[in-house]
Amino acid sequence: MIEPAARSVSAEPLLEVKNLVVEYGFGGKTVHAVSDVSLEIARGETLGLVGESGCGKSTLGRAILQLRRAVSGRVLFDGEDLSAMRGEQLRRMRRRVQLIFQDPIASLNPRRRIGDIVAEPLLIAGDTDPKKRQELVCEMLSAVGLDPALVLGRLPHEFSGGQCQRISIARALVLNPEFIVCDEPVSALDVSIRAQILNLLEEMKARFGLTLLFIAHDLAVVKAVSDRVAVMYLGRLCEVGPSEQVFARPAHPYTALLIDAIPVPDPDVRPAETIRVGEPPSPIAPPSGCRFRTRCPRADQVCSAEVPELRAVAPNQSVACHHPLT
Amino acid sequence: MATLELAIQEDVAAASARQPGRLGVLFWIAIGWMALVFAVAILADLLPMPSPTDMDMLERRGPVSVEHWLGTDGLGRDELARLIYGARISLVVGLCAPMIGLVIGGALGMVAGYFRGRFETLVVGSMDVLLAFPPLILALAVTAFVGQSILNLTCILGVLGIPAFMRVARAATLTLARREFVIAAQALGATHARILLRELLPNVLLPLVAFFLLGVAITIVAEGALSFLGLGVPPPISSWGSMIGEGRESLDVAPRLAFFPAFAFFLTVLAFNLVGDTLKALTDPRQGAL
Amino acid sequence: MNGAPLLSVEDVAVELPTPRGPLRAVDGVDLTLGAGRTLGIVGESGCGKTMLSRVILQLLPKKARLSGRVMFDGQDLARIDRERLRKLRGRSLAVVFQDPMTSLNPVLTIGTQLGETLQEHLEFDSVHARTRSAELLAAVGIPAPEQRLAQYPHQLSGGMRQRVAIAIALSCEPKLLIADEPTTALDVTIQAQILDLLAREQRRRHMAMILITHDLGVVAGRTDEVAVMYAGRVVERAPTPSLFRAMQMPYTEALLAAIPKLDAAPHAPLPAISGRPPDPTRPLKGCSFSPRCRYAVARCHQEKPALTASRSTDHHYACFHPIQLAAGADA
Repeated sequence: MIEPAARSVSAEPLLEVKNLVVEYGFGGKTVHAVSDVSLEIARGETLGLVGESGCGKSTLGRAILQLRRAVSGRVLFDGEDLSAMRGEQLRRMRRRVQLIFQDPIASLNPRRRIGDIVAEPLLIAGDTDPKKRQELVCEMLSAVGLDPALVLGRLPHEFSGGQCQRISIARALVLNPEFIVCDEPVSALDVSIRAQILNLLEEMKARFGLTLLFIAHDLAVVKAVSDRVAVMYLGRLCEVGPSEQVFARPAHPYTALLIDAIPVPDPDVRPAETIRVGEPPSPIAPPSGCRFRTRCPRADQVCSAEVPELRAVAPNQSVACHHPLT
Repeated sequence: MATLELAIQEDVAAASARQPGRLGVLFWIAIGWMALVFAVAILADLLPMPSPTDMDMLERRGPVSVEHWLGTDGLGRDELARLIYGARISLVVGLCAPMIGLVIGGALGMVAGYFRGRFETLVVGSMDVLLAFPPLILALAVTAFVGQSILNLTCILGVLGIPAFMRVARAATLTLARREFVIAAQALGATHARILLRELLPNVLLPLVAFFLLGVAITIVAEGALSFLGLGVPPPISSWGSMIGEGRESLDVAPRLAFFPAFAFFLTVLAFNLVGDTLKALTDPRQGAL
Repeated sequence: MNGAPLLSVEDVAVELPTPRGPLRAVDGVDLTLGAGRTLGIVGESGCGKTMLSRVILQLLPKKARLSGRVMFDGQDLARIDRERLRKLRGRSLAVVFQDPMTSLNPVLTIGTQLGETLQEHLEFDSVHARTRSAELLAAVGIPAPEQRLAQYPHQLSGGMRQRVAIAIALSCEPKLLIADEPTTALDVTIQAQILDLLAREQRRRHMAMILITHDLGVVAGRTDEVAVMYAGRVVERAPTPSLFRAMQMPYTEALLAAIPKLDAAPHAPLPAISGRPPDPTRPLKGCSFSPRCRYAVARCHQEKPALTASRSTDHHYACFHPIQLAAGADA
């Protein structure tokens, strides 16, 4: 029986990222995927991380879980430095932090049965009692809305995207983790299934007392599940703040651009004629100073000379911009 | 919501039970032939035949008769018996040599494809060197050094097959190692060994096995060629290749001495190829989505 | 609009043989599109929208059996000979696909790919084709077009590649452009740019366009008419404002409700549609949406509702119990 662990209700943030830098080589050049990102996630909170492709949000998620080595910076989980851990210590820590992927079918081994897939975390953690394992697996599968009897012996290709994502969630939850990084968990799903999975995630979060980092490119999806949101562009954070606040009164021009670009299902709303120039520059040669300046209508000399730091503009809301909107 | 999922899963259950067998008639004929060859090879000692080494000098190149169903060869030995014992040799070498390739090449390929970096460069480089070595010269050199025997032959052919298996395993691993289910295993804290054995191996095994069957066919041909040249199994052990070689001298008088082993050879290689091809086609994940 | 519509799809059905039985990917669809107008086709995966576009382009899989007529510019595309069809495709009938990485040939330069359409259909010579190609690239908003001609698809970003695909599609001034999920693979800011580009070009060339998507937001501001597809059939079809303001089909309503809205409060549970889209190899006797519909009654499970229109409007729907969202809407 999984009990939502008596999570210590300390005021300390559960996850702290300090000045994380992730770079990797690509054909002789360096890709600056994540450049000096710092953030905090409180226990029980959902932080949404939003940005377009190439902004480094997936890389950041993987780097937090130590699946990608950072060049510099630290990741503190419950006060312990994950980046300094190796080997067995890191493996044990992995039970407390988990990951859910974008492509639900690719995240399951096509040649293994669902029962084995969901039990795998228990086996890796050294849980040797087969009966207890079976119980936990069945409990998890029911929790995500699947009938264990019909699902246990099957292979992933027999299921739809939505069902595979449920299985993926069950696998992530079976070790009763405290923190889950959700990397675009609904982007590959149909609209009608998306809502189901989002509701499921909220339900699981409440039931098991989880803390989530929810990565997505769809702002509305992020807003629906997040308490706070962080907007990322080309490896840097642009704006961080409570979801309602950030989307109602964005302080960073990029956030405003993202919000305007969303197609609204209302025929009376004319798509906004904001300046939509150009494409995001490549992370191999990011612009100097503020990386958004090449597409920003408010950019000037200061923006190319100095890198803007995150500064508070409203209670709890900070923005990295020399000329914020508010 | 759970109830609706139930209803739909019943469909899934019913549907997968009706997976069609896309295996044609040819496939089953091939399986049948292979089964026959295996059976006679295994049961050779129990079959009521004359010994393949008994030379009946009075009945050399004898015709088909009741005592000698396929006649006798140039030294009076029963052709059918030699054919059956030859099957044994072909199969033993044909199966064991690629097995060496599969185990060693497969392991090297998987590890190279998973870890990449310098190890991969080392493995691929050394395999390239091995491939560049003319196989026949290698066979000659080794036989000259340690002598002709079935064991030596099997080892040579096995080693020569390692690069090909390495390539297949590495290619499969490269595509798989980047898939999310491997990252999921890493995120769970699985050790590399566990990932290789429990996540990657089940997926890499099928293409490797399909390639193995093709490898068997190739090895039988290789062994046949070497024996034909006199570099394979030493006499008096008969192998199909050596029988063809010996039958060359009698082509004008008794062509069957060359043709029967050649025919058996041809059918067996064809059968292995067919089965290998079918398995390869089946392992292609072609889940047609509409 | 004057005269006959440019495109008229009449009772089109596509059947595919599968190991599990015949699959009706498209099940009796009627659509019309006038010159210069935009039709949006909305639906989730498996609803048949892509197969419908293949019907219009006559690019169906070999084993598919097609019934019905596809009248384009007075000719039945399903019945004309291959040569006439080939001349139409690329010239009067163009298409932009979802994934520009696979719809462009990775081993040919941009210039070659643009030029071959011009040379094939409009019989340009290579010099003329090159100049025109550069013009087309500039028209679709690609900076430094001359340099781009020599580049390969992988050297361009996703948004750029899609622009190139659009340039190729528009190069011969087609009468009808089919855009099959043209922005699904792109970021939201690029999506807006590409959709604007398509709208602009369409207005300039007085071109008819079919915009296929799963996103109701995309069709809201950019189409004249919307058809919603479910399980191979059109379940609702109306002029765009009418569709959104007076939605009749429970499916359309549920689809709209299931989209997270930016003005909703966080953590509000989303009104999800339970269950999954139906299995096309197992068609239901009644309405395909009935297992998931919260208004369903016994009749819905027994009979298939036909596409009917309310008396005074162009608003068609296939439902026995349509919703009245606007006050005073006809039953």
